[in-house]
Amino acid sequence: MGRLRTITRRTFLIGSVAIVGGVAFGTYMAKRPIKNPLLADLEEDEAAITPYIKIDASGITLITPRADKGQGAYNMQARLIAEELDIDPVTANITPGLPGPAYYNGTVLEESIPFPAYDHSAMAENIRKFMHVPAKLFAMQITGGSSTVPDGFVKLRMAGAIARETLKKAAAQRSGVARDLLKTEDGSVVLPDGSRLAYTELAAAAAKIEPVTDVQLRPSSEWKHLGKPTERIDMPAKCTGTEKYGIDLRIDGMAHAAVRANPGVGAGVESFDANEAESMRGVQQVLAIKNGVAVIADNTWRAWRAADAIDIKWAVGPYPASTAEIFNEIENVVDVEAHRDHRQRDEGDVDEALEDGEIFEATYKVPYLAHAPMEPMNAIVLVTDDKCEIWTGTQIPLFVRDHAVKMTGLDAENVFVYVQPMGGSFGHKLENTHVLQAIEIAMAVKGTAVKLVWSREEDMTHDYLRPGAVAKGRGKVADGKVETFDLSVGQSALLPDWFGRLMGTGIPGPDATITTGSWDQPFDIPNYRVTGYRAPVMVPISSWRSVGASGNGFFHDSLLDELILKAGADPLAERIRLCLDDTSIKVLEKVGEISGWDGSSMGENRGRGVAFCMSFGVPTAIVSEVTRTEAGIRIDKVYVAVDVGEVLDPVNLEAQVFGGVIFGMAHAMNCETTFENHAAQQNNYHAFEGMRLYQVPEIEVVALSNAKKIRGIGEPGVPPAAPSLGNAIYAATGQRIRELPFNKQIDFV
Amino acid sequence: MEITVNDESYTVDVEPEMPLLWVLRDELGITGPKYGCGIAQCGACTVHVNGYAVRSCQLAIGDLGDSKVSTIEGLGSPESLHIIQKTWIEHQVAQCGYCQSGQMMQAASLLSTNPDPSDDQIDAAMSGNLCRCGTYPRIRSAIKAAAKKIQGS
Repeated sequence: MGRLRTITRRTFLIGSVAIVGGVAFGTYMAKRPIKNPLLADLEEDEAAITPYIKIDASGITLITPRADKGQGAYNMQARLIAEELDIDPVTANITPGLPGPAYYNGTVLEESIPFPAYDHSAMAENIRKFMHVPAKLFAMQITGGSSTVPDGFVKLRMAGAIARETLKKAAAQRSGVARDLLKTEDGSVVLPDGSRLAYTELAAAAAKIEPVTDVQLRPSSEWKHLGKPTERIDMPAKCTGTEKYGIDLRIDGMAHAAVRANPGVGAGVESFDANEAESMRGVQQVLAIKNGVAVIADNTWRAWRAADAIDIKWAVGPYPASTAEIFNEIENVVDVEAHRDHRQRDEGDVDEALEDGEIFEATYKVPYLAHAPMEPMNAIVLVTDDKCEIWTGTQIPLFVRDHAVKMTGLDAENVFVYVQPMGGSFGHKLENTHVLQAIEIAMAVKGTAVKLVWSREEDMTHDYLRPGAVAKGRGKVADGKVETFDLSVGQSALLPDWFGRLMGTGIPGPDATITTGSWDQPFDIPNYRVTGYRAPVMVPISSWRSVGASGNGFFHDSLLDELILKAGADPLAERIRLCLDDTSIKVLEKVGEISGWDGSSMGENRGRGVAFCMSFGVPTAIVSEVTRTEAGIRIDKVYVAVDVGEVLDPVNLEAQVFGGVIFGMAHAMNCETTFENHAAQQNNYHAFEGMRLYQVPEIEVVALSNAKKIRGIGEPGVPPAAPSLGNAIYAATGQRIRELPFNKQIDFV
Repeated sequence: MEITVNDESYTVDVEPEMPLLWVLRDELGITGPKYGCGIAQCGACTVHVNGYAVRSCQLAIGDLGDSKVSTIEGLGSPESLHIIQKTWIEHQVAQCGYCQSGQMMQAASLLSTNPDPSDDQIDAAMSGNLCRCGTYPRIRSAIKAAAKKIQGS
């Protein structure tokens, strides 16, 4: 690991300011315990021993504060608690509860530090631990960054164990039997004579005693709910049409709202004529809102139809008008010293190596992309003189609350955010424009609940997109080996802008996401450099499943593949030779084994490509096999190897990897969001198709458990999917495609 | 206007051009069928009209006539699962689940007319139903398993 020390640590990326902030606040603030929010409105006979468990005579409620967007977060959080609490989670009431600072996500900033995830040195680990401080201080109750499992793995089991031992203490007091002679099983304390005291009977007594906090977690060998296939708790509802998403909720007396906001996102309305709309059936009111016009009606369809009938004159969008102009701005920053944002990897002497000899050069490009989850953005808001209630699917509930506080002037304790299950997100619901619109509309009709649902067109043209990016790669090979690798990535800075929207002030300093997935890869190349260049923020951008690694996974691995082939080496063997991380090497070897790798050629018109990316700490290797047919490229089979440390649910892990790989490949095949006249051009699925069932290959997934730390798997399948497909297409056709989506240059079946 | 949904009759007072989807969701509170695109590109709104899979976002209520509508709620319930729903649960198909009502209605319609579909027939029948989470591999295996069950019964 000696070489790692040479990685530049002068700049602390996104966390830098937060770290400084943490020091300034001092450790007292950081260590001060957060009040258990459940204690505030507890009834006489209820117990809330930790912020995650509430028990009363009628039953057990588990609080699962990380939002469920489809990734199975509720199920996993409930099972983590249940494992130590000794209950069947299916019998519990599972709810995200009300948001609160107690539910901050300590882990979410851990990998935003200038140490790659495979660096387990004491310094790196200490700084990771320290990143919990700003997460706590800023009350970051955020679902994202594949962090639900790593954040909850100890925390939630501890909550279960503390509650269990406290209930045993209450049972000991009641029965006179010493606590260490008591057992627990299926929601009851079991006495030595076999008689049982249900937790629900013990709740009132447990609430009055000091919790037992000196508890031990069980070893994995004793797990009942974790480490084996289970049925997701939400599965029966989702397979019978009975799951209620935010869009399905009804509140008594509720009105339905539609909005049309400026497609030049961020610009206002010059004028509008709503005469026709106002006379349409069911329309109650048309009102101007920030950057748009809203209609309140008695039915979603009527509201949308009326909104479409409004004649609106828009102000000009606040960014370049077309995709060509936008990418021009990005290309103009790459390799320009004045726009350099950070250089997190600089080993050997790249400049000297590239001074002479045969230099390989290539330019890569990835497009802007919408999130386009199946459930469009929606929110129900009820504002009265005393309180504001919000029902919505969101990954940032406390920030939504704080925005509502500002807009309504109400105190935080009178603003209630009820987080709903989501029909997908992929990062879309890390933004809350639609909620702010719904609050604005609800404030205009105080006392009436308003349900705002974005049409698909509104959703896809007002998204905060995955940023487009351009990368210039250079390199050199010698003696059949990759010797020099130099990648320069240009992109708008994503996180500072997002923090600005969340907290009202942006944060200065560099933005790691420009090179996340490139600078932090576990390879040892003699001359190895990755530099991020910062383009101005133009069209709205935000986090999209796998964030910076979504584009960088393609840049880094495509360049690596080209250099390896130029060296005449085997793509898999050379990646393994260059890899410096044992866990990653085993992942690469495993994908070779399951795919029967024997080189990239597979006969005429066939080929396989391997790609690797470590993202969110998860080394992920993919081998894709493709055939060139008369109808275009067909993806025949995909093999995936990952290492998440400990597999808590193999069935859901496989589902998340399937999903990540398909998400990565689908967008690489045929999706982009382009702009003309300041407006996104792809406004529905006909123009943003993704993958259909007939195009989906068989996918084989193997999860290893060699890694030191437990990791989340919602995102890591995405980054290596596109390059593995691109590398396979090259193997089958000899055509190297360096710009996504691939279908601009090649057809698919 | 009289309509029959899941064997129950309802009277609705709406414009004849209102899509069936919005009559179901906003007028009758039947929310199993989902809105995804409004232009027959995603299939999340799929219901059965006289037994055949139809995109309810594209069917104006005035064109329904006396056809009978059934939704995912009419296919089965958590207490009494249709074979498709049972197999969907066994194969742990859903992730976000939002498209699954439409997927299951489409699959049920396929199996009712073709209880032993080939891979190509499954691809052809199901490729109008979009899933953004990537549940496709399990949709495919669940349909095959359900077909086997139907063969065996």
